[in-house]
Amino acid sequence: MTTVVTDNCQKCRFTDCVSVCPVECFHYDDEMLYIDPDVCIDCSACIPECPVEAIFEEDDLPEAKQEWIAINADRAAPLPVCIEAMEPLPGAEERKSELGF
Amino acid sequence: MNQPGTKDNPLRIAIVGSGPSGFYSTEALIRSELTVKVDMFERLPSPYGLVRSGVAPDHQKLKQAIQVYAKIAEQPEFNFIGNVTVGKDISIAELCTTHHAVIFTYGAETNRRLGISGDDLPGSHTATEFVGWYNGHPDYRDRIFDLSHETAVIIGQGNVAADVSRILAKNVDELKHTDIAEHALAVLAESNIKNIYIIGRRGPAQAKFASKEIKEFGELAICDPLVDPDELLLNSESENELRDKSNSGSKKNYDILSKYSSLPTSNKQRQCHFTFLKSPIKIIGDGRVEKIILEKNKLTGDPMRQSARGTGQTIER
Ligand SMILES: Cc1cc2nc3c(=O)[nH]c(=O)nc-3n(C[C@H](O)[C@H](O)[C@H](O)COP(=O)(O)OP(=O)(O)OC[C@H]3O[C@@H](n4cnc5c(N)ncnc54)[C@H](O)[C@@H]3O)c2cc1C
Ligand code: SF4
Ligand code: SF4
Repeated sequence: MTTVVTDNCQKCRFTDCVSVCPVECFHYDDEMLYIDPDVCIDCSACIPECPVEAIFEEDDLPEAKQEWIAINADRAAPLPVCIEAMEPLPGAEERKSELGF
Repeated sequence: MNQPGTKDNPLRIAIVGSGPSGFYSTEALIRSELTVKVDMFERLPSPYGLVRSGVAPDHQKLKQAIQVYAKIAEQPEFNFIGNVTVGKDISIAELCTTHHAVIFTYGAETNRRLGISGDDLPGSHTATEFVGWYNGHPDYRDRIFDLSHETAVIIGQGNVAADVSRILAKNVDELKHTDIAEHALAVLAESNIKNIYIIGRRGPAQAKFASKEIKEFGELAICDPLVDPDELLLNSESENELRDKSNSGSKKNYDILSKYSSLPTSNKQRQCHFTFLKSPIKIIGDGRVEKIILEKNKLTGDPMRQSARGTGQTIER
């Protein structure tokens, strides 16, 4: 079991999730955040925080988003850790409404 | 006078209690622009509070949070002082003379009993005692739990109830590679428990489990979850609650419970019965717990704030 960030986070990067994470396992690039599965403790605290429902427990991941398990696992660790909330990316609000939230 | 928080005059903080709150406070202080010195006082010899002695031993991933606290503890600004009870071994007034500020993060230690007749009989325990026992907490590791009977009744339907029930439901093979205390493993290995009842005051739509916790009951080696389909019938207020998008956790729980209610007859050694709308009113027994009397409830009030009212009708377990 692990917890993964999916494509809804792209171009948005609200970091509400980071503020509640007890173990600092979110990493970021210019696009979005990723969870390092070796550090994440699967506490699920971040899931309800995300305004665009980008985060899933592995078991709840829709079929079409399965690839995100590997993407999080591969990308997270080499990227810098996000230790506290950051400014959302420009256009984040628009992206949020586009996604229907 | 120069303000504390500089190299020559660091801000000296005393933190009382070494659970997550104490460590996250320490982390925030160390990350601040001020130069700080943190002394953390802990009643027990070892740190980490309920992450060590509350979080279930078979949830090892969750226990990894300890690694984060251990890293904070390595910082040069940090000093751990174990085996010191603030208020007994050292007073708050004394801490105030040696520190600029005191932060209280001592958790919620008190036990709550049911407050019903018979709840002091041998065989009736609080979760704090049982959880402390299986996690090797120094205050509770010498407690005796008699598991020679076939029935265990757990009052409450939150995650602690799920932890306690799951520990009773697992066999030795499922527990031996966890962080469970040796003495507890030895007693659980001899357990005769066959039926575990998890009793909720309100209905299936109001149970407070995290869905992940209920899901685990469907994956146990020698125990099946059981739910009486009649108990899943909802009043219209509860149906409303489950339609509410902000309440998706309860909807998920309800769906899992529904799945459990239609499982084929269980032929495993143990069964875990989720049962709803019942409150304990009396525990009966001659010298030890033998029976519990439950009163059936019905829900009253608006959606999301329904409360349980007794109906006067009772059953025994
Ligand atoms: C059975 C159980 C299972 C849990 N499972 C989970 C879970 O799966 N996920 C999750 O997120 N949370 C879980 N929790 C909740 C979580 O453990 C607590 O929310 C968290 O530990 C609270 O942190 P705290 O720092 O406030 O207090 P605590 O962790 O309780 O720490 C307080 C510390 O203060 C010390 N102390 C008390 N009085 C004094 C004094 N006078 N002087 C010095 N020291 C003192 C205590 O010994 C203790 O070490 C669980 C709790 C329980 C009981
Ligand atoms: S809250 Fe959601 S959208 Fe924002 S950074 Fe976290 S995962 Fe991405
Ligand atoms: S599940 Fe918990 S540990 Fe994992 S990323 Fe979310 S908040 Fe952090």
